[in-house]
Amino acid sequence: MNPELIRSLQELLPQIQGYIYPNEIEIHWGLLIVVYPYITGVVAGAFILASLVKVFNVKEVQPLYRLSLLTALAYLLVAPMALVSHLGHPERFYEILLTPQTSSAMAMFGFVYAWYLMAVLLLEIWFVHRTDMIDMAERSKGATRLLYRALSLFSRDKGERAVAFDHKALKVITIVGIPSAFLLHGYVGFIFGSIKANPWWSSVLIPIVFLFSAIVSGIALVVLLYMIITPLTGGKINMKCVDKSVDFLFYAVIVDFSLEMVDFIHRVYQSEEEIKILSEMVMSKLFSSLIIIQVLLGMLIPLLLISLTKIFKKRFSLNEDMRKMVYFISVILIQFGIFATRWNVVIGGQLFSKSFRGLTTYKMGFGGIEGLLYAIFLLALPIAILFVLLKLLPPWKELREEGEVGTEAAGAGV
Amino acid sequence: MNGRRSFLRGFFAVLLSGGAIEGVLKLFPSKAHAKEAPRTGAWYGYGVSVDKCIGCARCMDACKNENNVPKEPFFVRTWVERYIIRKNGQTTVKAIAPGDEATPETVSDKRILRSFFVPKLCNQCANPPCVQVCPVGATFQTEDGVVLVNEKTCIGCRYCIQACPYGARYLHPVSHTADKCTFCYHRISQGKLPACVEVCPTQARVFGDLNAAASPMSRFLRMNKIHTLKPGLNTEPKAYYANLDGEVR
Repeated sequence: MNPELIRSLQELLPQIQGYIYPNEIEIHWGLLIVVYPYITGVVAGAFILASLVKVFNVKEVQPLYRLSLLTALAYLLVAPMALVSHLGHPERFYEILLTPQTSSAMAMFGFVYAWYLMAVLLLEIWFVHRTDMIDMAERSKGATRLLYRALSLFSRDKGERAVAFDHKALKVITIVGIPSAFLLHGYVGFIFGSIKANPWWSSVLIPIVFLFSAIVSGIALVVLLYMIITPLTGGKINMKCVDKSVDFLFYAVIVDFSLEMVDFIHRVYQSEEEIKILSEMVMSKLFSSLIIIQVLLGMLIPLLLISLTKIFKKRFSLNEDMRKMVYFISVILIQFGIFATRWNVVIGGQLFSKSFRGLTTYKMGFGGIEGLLYAIFLLALPIAILFVLLKLLPPWKELREEGEVGTEAAGAGV
Repeated sequence: MNGRRSFLRGFFAVLLSGGAIEGVLKLFPSKAHAKEAPRTGAWYGYGVSVDKCIGCARCMDACKNENNVPKEPFFVRTWVERYIIRKNGQTTVKAIAPGDEATPETVSDKRILRSFFVPKLCNQCANPPCVQVCPVGATFQTEDGVVLVNEKTCIGCRYCIQACPYGARYLHPVSHTADKCTFCYHRISQGKLPACVEVCPTQARVFGDLNAAASPMSRFLRMNKIHTLKPGLNTEPKAYYANLDGEVR
């Protein structure tokens, strides 16, 4: 028996409003499960940003290509950690891979994840960096040399035909990669959206909303990282690139916001059995995280700020620092907004009783596996992994490019 | 040579795509419809006479003792709800706890429209959403229609707890696996009654084989107007309620 759990549940008892089923006092999916869709969202979004360069030939975004791929990888490596550590029996995690039940949405996680990691992300990163890794191996000695040799899978061919094949392969992988990235995060949305017992989750729109919020969070995060990393490494921020990325970010936020509004209006207009308890929940328990952080700070204010730079184009185009500041604030606000979105879906879906008669409260712990500290660790870990990846496969040359260089040449890292 | 090569290419393409289609089809639940009652053998169901329940909570005690359910009120396999519906339409619901009957919360009689107790437990759905979502197949339906959890393979992901519309499941704080009512499977497979049915002093709880021509269960279904909980979700519960009030969810 876990006396700490019992104590914390006892503390929750006086905070219950109305009637909830006795088994509903314990909130089963806590902070870790909030972190999980946030992280996979960043993965999918960062990859979509990278595909803008390769598939849609948006040359301005070229400097962000490698950075976004490495960001996607760093976050993808951490995604399963959040899932596994929240299990009652983390040591049995392999059962989900060995004996998956095909009717379960969750059981497919292993396959979707493995597909995305192995068939898309690692392959693309390998092909992008292949010639670079060969160069690095040639330039270095001892263990480092062996490391790069191993990373390049002992390929040494830098001939024209080999490089041409790299390009061809990259094109194919990215084209396969876009639906895969959609699959990865749409799938995470489906895990929630397919639960008919829970009207807050059960919606066909949820996977699509997840997708667009993923694109929003991914682009915003890569732009943020670029704006921080570039000056730190002594480079100059390429405003053409940032302008273009923020353009895409702007459209993605508009689509995301519209979709969420459609969902909201649909629910209110249909006004089914659960509408009373859901609106009570939104107005009391979720007010600050949904209305203030998700909608106001995470969407409306960034939209307003970015549109200001578009409306007063002349004034802003003269003042780069001003634009930088606006973008910087916007992408940070958007990160908080998207994290709040995940919170509102995951925690919000468990705050109301399935009897539709009452609300409970989520009390976040500080220490321990389900606590705040561990969540912060999980959110910081991808940054640390990214740091290592950037050391290993430095994108500096590309990051500092002006963006006018041909896509092909820069993409191959020649 | 070319002919053979193109034939082989086509052959493998068909094989591959066929395999892919089959793989996709396998993703869909094999049981799109409720598992039907077998023609032979038992198919267990449960009856609750709402009008007979006096809210003594002996069933809750018996269940906790029989099945090693933690004594704390946050973990239950069965519970009893008390409904008080006032004349102004306001409804108050409370899960009663053993020992509560000594100090009932009273409402002036004049303001009460009607009041009753509703025992709740796992509905042992014929089309169980918990079984559908379990990623490792640890939650399964037996041949006689009882949904059980294998605590040796349950990974404790709690997806089934989220998928249950009735709040019947909880995570056992000792085993860290999902737990819920089993109709006292260890008892019924020896021909005994579930503990809660055994101790109910008013026979508000009835249990039996739905296939049997003559059993308290089939008599219960014959003699009463029957309703189930949240029928709109197509879970096809096998916990049947007699005289269930529309306010009950």
